[in-house]
Amino acid sequence: MSSEVTDAGVATGGGPTTVETPPARRRGGGRGAELRVALWFLLPALLLLGALVVYPIVATVVRSLFDRSGDGFVGLDNYADALGSQRTRHALRNNVIWVVVAPIVVATIGLVFAVLTERVRWATAFKLIVFMPMAISFLAAGVIFRLVYEEAPERGVANAVLTSVTDVVRGGGEYSGIRARDDAELQPIRHGFRSAGEYAPGDVARLALIGIPPDQLPDDATEAATPGPVDGALTGTVWLDFARGGGGEAGVVDEGERGLPGIEVEALRDGEVVATAETGDDGAFELEVDGPVELRLAGNAFREPFRGLSWLGPSLVTPSIIGAYVWIWAGFAMVVIGAGLAAIPRDALEAARVDGATEWQVFRRVTVPLLAPVLLVVVVTLMINVLKVFDLVLVIPPGSTQYDANVLALEMWRVSFGGGRDQGLGSALGVILFLLVIPAMAFNIRRFRSENR
Amino acid sequence: MSTTARSEPVASGEGRAAPRPAPAEGTRRGGVLASIGDRVSRGLVGAVLTVVGLLWLVPALGLAVSSLREPSDINTTGWWTVLTEPTQLTIDNYRELLQNDRIVQSFWNTVLITVPSTVLVVLIAAFAAYAFAWVDFPGRDAAFLVVVALLVVPIQVALIPVARMYGNIGIYGDILGVVLFHVAFGLPFAIFLLRNFFVGIPRDLLEAARMDGASEATIFLRVILPLGLPAIASLAIFQFLWVWNDMLVALVFARPESAPLTIAIREQTRQFGSNLDVIAPGAFLSMLVPLVVFFAFQRYFVQGVLAGSVK
Repeated sequence: MSSEVTDAGVATGGGPTTVETPPARRRGGGRGAELRVALWFLLPALLLLGALVVYPIVATVVRSLFDRSGDGFVGLDNYADALGSQRTRHALRNNVIWVVVAPIVVATIGLVFAVLTERVRWATAFKLIVFMPMAISFLAAGVIFRLVYEEAPERGVANAVLTSVTDVVRGGGEYSGIRARDDAELQPIRHGFRSAGEYAPGDVARLALIGIPPDQLPDDATEAATPGPVDGALTGTVWLDFARGGGGEAGVVDEGERGLPGIEVEALRDGEVVATAETGDDGAFELEVDGPVELRLAGNAFREPFRGLSWLGPSLVTPSIIGAYVWIWAGFAMVVIGAGLAAIPRDALEAARVDGATEWQVFRRVTVPLLAPVLLVVVVTLMINVLKVFDLVLVIPPGSTQYDANVLALEMWRVSFGGGRDQGLGSALGVILFLLVIPAMAFNIRRFRSENR
Repeated sequence: MSTTARSEPVASGEGRAAPRPAPAEGTRRGGVLASIGDRVSRGLVGAVLTVVGLLWLVPALGLAVSSLREPSDINTTGWWTVLTEPTQLTIDNYRELLQNDRIVQSFWNTVLITVPSTVLVVLIAAFAAYAFAWVDFPGRDAAFLVVVALLVVPIQVALIPVARMYGNIGIYGDILGVVLFHVAFGLPFAIFLLRNFFVGIPRDLLEAARMDGASEATIFLRVILPLGLPAIASLAIFQFLWVWNDMLVALVFARPESAPLTIAIREQTRQFGSNLDVIAPGAFLSMLVPLVVFFAFQRYFVQGVLAGSVK
């Protein structure tokens, strides 16, 4: 307040590079006056920042040391509770996944886009499209991706694409949907069936299956036939125990019922396959065995058709939300890295090319190293942002996987406002979140100081 | 030595061509090959970017199309079926949405929250940034470092005490409280952005004005504000979008009657699937204003991103 430093002090005050002009420039004179002017200009900002940012940080730290009601001092118990609870640890684990994966993926994609768009004339259109999601809310993006990740391939575009691609590669098996009777000799296993009992050489196995319409059978399937018993071998038939028009007896090969060709029949002893055979057009097979065996019908023919991934199921929900985040933020990385790219001296790139470097070598050895500072800024910015991710995690997962997708920022809100009503614990979570961004804060301060030296 | 489009500028550059190891025959062949390779790679890049561009467009397109379909269609078939049967498109959902009092009310709440938040942040930050840039007061650099530090503070660390404070002074649940919180948390970035721009304004202009006897207030209004307009535009767009798109602040501080659009739609998403005919057009309505702002002012938006990639 007091110090009557004269105009000389102003010059050394260290503002923007001061090649100083002579005095006579201040009417009021002295730094006291400067401070008064500054205070008037700063007052509204000071009041708001003090009351709604700085004071609350301190108050939250204090509040985190008190219990749910706010009356009883509990020391660090809230932190112990937070770090001890399964729920928070799960959220923290998700935060780690987010912080490690999302910034790297976004920055990499942004880098690739930035490099590629430099080579195309209509790049502006592409940039606009990729940058556009930056403008919309996380809520809208959440709704958008809830639709994308809809599980039924008839409605969700992600699974629609996935299933139509895999259907071309390998569709469902020709007998998918087929099943055994409840009391029959066969029991369902994964991708097939297994006999309930054992068969000895000389037996005839009648393996009946039902559950698909006869017209779904392959064209070469003919009327089912039961082979006779053979010495030293196990014979049998696999057929569809149903014919158009009904009638016939369960477990018996009746007229009009057709065999199931092309099924691999395996003879098992103690879990080991000892013989295999394939059914003929009439469903008959013959296995050479020398003792009692179990039978197994297996193979691709029984495989269910692929119905897509459960994007929002427990195991994929976090990667899926990160996917939505990438959609939003790739444009940011692209634009910032693109600006960095434009600032790289052309000469450096051309020199490398003249020296015979391939485009990849130029990219790897020249572009990326020169971009390193920009990439670092992008990654740090994204890390801060990712720690605060909230809306996407609240909106995208259905109720059943809210827990699996949980993150710290969301848990803090849930505990303190969204039903939990434990503001002691909530404060502790807020402080933990705050502590996690402090490295980024230090990074920013250092960067700012070095840039303004 | 003719073709390669890319090495041409170098040759014409400042005498760099000199140390080239020039076996004439090899270079020519290399040139032709490189030119073909160049064209192929350009075509390839173009193809990749087209595919990726479409990929980026599809999710938002899905929402836009879904918002124009009957509920019964939404629940049975994918939105892409409009490609074959475009007749299923209808604006009924929007017609009903505009009769939905809750949605309409929340839309106006969004406006009432966003506009004052933006105007106040710009004004208050411009004052502060002027002081940080051009008034040489003691402790200025340290104070500005505090602003830089506050850039990354997560709002979660302030929610609980502010909620209590609002309760004590009786504005908990009001739009005013939501606005003040947005302004406070918008200030660090705003001051940072504007101060960095103001510092670049030539000192001579200010000195000249001071010599002419202009007061600080006059200098601020007549010199700084007009010259700082590009940065102010960037800031205003940023703050506008940030507040318009916010959900967390409103979730904590707004009572149902003062809640913005994001909250109204999020209430609907709890029964996702059964009421997509409200959610889809609602979400699209909430995107509409930001998209218009984005396409109208994207230059300033990009400048803002570049100037302060920190928040």
